[in-house]
Amino acid sequence: MANIEVAGKTYETDEEGYLINLADWNTDIANYMAQTESITMTDQHWEVVNFLREYFEEYQIAPAVRVLTKAIGKKLGAEKGTSEYLYGLFPYGPGKQACKIAGLPKPTGCI
Amino acid sequence: MADIVAPAYRTIPIIPALKPGAMEGKGPFVASEKLNEALGFPGQLVEDWHDKVIAKMGDMLSKYRSFRVFMDACVHCGACSDKCHYFIGTQDPKNMPVARQDLMRSVYRRYFTIPGKLFPKLVGARDLTREVLDEWYNYFNQCSECRRCSVFCPYGIDTAEITMAAREILDSVGYGQKYSNEIIGKVHKIGNNLGLPGPALIDTLEGLEEDVKDATGIDVRFPIDVKGAEVLLITPSADFFAEPHIDSLIGYAKVFHATGTSWTLSSMSSEAGNFGMFIGNYDQLRTIAMRIRQAALELGVKRIVVGECGHAWRVAYSFWNTLTGVGDGADANDRFAQMLQKQLDHRYKQPAHICEFTWDMIQDERLTFDKSKNDKHIITFHDSCNVARGSRMGDMPGGQFEIPRNIIKAVANNFVEMAPNTTREQTFCCGGGGGLLTDDLIDLRVKGALPRMEVLKNAVDEHGVNFMATICAICKAQFTKVMPIYGFDRKMVGGVHQLVSNAIQLGPK
Repeated sequence: MANIEVAGKTYETDEEGYLINLADWNTDIANYMAQTESITMTDQHWEVVNFLREYFEEYQIAPAVRVLTKAIGKKLGAEKGTSEYLYGLFPYGPGKQACKIAGLPKPTGCI
Repeated sequence: MADIVAPAYRTIPIIPALKPGAMEGKGPFVASEKLNEALGFPGQLVEDWHDKVIAKMGDMLSKYRSFRVFMDACVHCGACSDKCHYFIGTQDPKNMPVARQDLMRSVYRRYFTIPGKLFPKLVGARDLTREVLDEWYNYFNQCSECRRCSVFCPYGIDTAEITMAAREILDSVGYGQKYSNEIIGKVHKIGNNLGLPGPALIDTLEGLEEDVKDATGIDVRFPIDVKGAEVLLITPSADFFAEPHIDSLIGYAKVFHATGTSWTLSSMSSEAGNFGMFIGNYDQLRTIAMRIRQAALELGVKRIVVGECGHAWRVAYSFWNTLTGVGDGADANDRFAQMLQKQLDHRYKQPAHICEFTWDMIQDERLTFDKSKNDKHIITFHDSCNVARGSRMGDMPGGQFEIPRNIIKAVANNFVEMAPNTTREQTFCCGGGGGLLTDDLIDLRVKGALPRMEVLKNAVDEHGVNFMATICAICKAQFTKVMPIYGFDRKMVGGVHQLVSNAIQLGPK
């Protein structure tokens, strides 16, 4: 367990910096998390993060990489619906890195 | 994570220079109280851990004769010392299998042998201190239970059993590892390692049906919870979620489609993996396996087929029979196991590996392929530890090596082998097996991949290899992550059924 301080408030995270209480999430936290991952948030990053949050709200888990690429492709055009595009935005893997910024729990398992 | 760099390839792969203490540390994240208690383990390290550890060790020594023999038999000949990928990659002498085992053997001698009780210093026996316990936690989480060293041990000591015993003892005093225990908790609660609930699974499968239709024009189905289906497919949940895993799932579905086999997945039992084995805990192993029996009975299936997952196939092949009744051997009084035995169709192997299924269909000429669809690939095959050294396929010795290769050769034109002392029963672990596939061990994982990466590099340089096929979800995830650090494209790794999927002919023949 650890704590992060964002805009004067303290939030609880796990050892790897994932937010413990999903309800705590806000855009300041997302920007803070992105910074710790050396990512500067752009509109393209937000598109992904917002989709992850919507999907999570419905299904209680982050989407499969393939579901994510397809959704982004539909929204932003087929040329962006590729894992290369997503890895370009989130170099350590769109699943884990984007989930962290979106305030979602880390996917576990053989992935 | 940007500062992780790959160790340099060795010019000649000889025993590396020692770097004592190179991998000293606290080990991976320790499981929290909540995660431990969900599995029935003490929440945190118990106060009387010293006595509890010795008592647990004594209990296991009396229960498992193999464990006692492994503690006694080692003569320190050193045959195993340079066979471990983690030792080669980290150069830490405590990662020589013999030395890692001796972390426990020294305690065994002190408390369970007469010379060790009387003259501890003379026989390398030592007291169990907190430092020793921490050392166990650190170094027994630097073994992937791959059993390569055991192949070279003249006494046949199964090193993985010792690592499993150590982890079992540590869990019993509340000193478990976060990654494995969190995952096991998710299986109990949700049904798979990922924590993928039924509705998300169904949504993903519907998406796959659309994708395959778009790509091929054919309605290939991905059925779930279908009662009365012939085959229940039990596959690692990564197959529903990750790349390149999902391409093999598409391959299995196409094989079932093309052969007219009725099949189903189960939302309740949506995981082949069984991390109970990684932590050496029989109760967890059995509880996880029981979900499969329950699904098979409820759905009334005739066959159980296992997808591309290394350790799952070891559990399925070696333990499901006595654990659950999938395969003969369960207790005569185990009513549900006996019920399942009657239900399954014994003209077929129970359980069967998806590679056995596909290879049988190829031999029966029920599948046709356009091999040229894989011509862009020059393919090699990475044997996964638990398939290679913990199981078998088909009817002949070595079937677990031949069948996946036979399938690749049936669906593709370009296949080459990697160096023979690194394949088949001598295969190197990917570096992420045995419950170590976690980001907090990424340094260890990168270093542990070194021997396989060296050999792959040779195959790339000599033969132009651009695709390494494997049949394990952990291998796929580990290589996808570490290969870019070694300068390879992450898309170079994929499943055998990914290749099947590329070449299979679905339309009218």
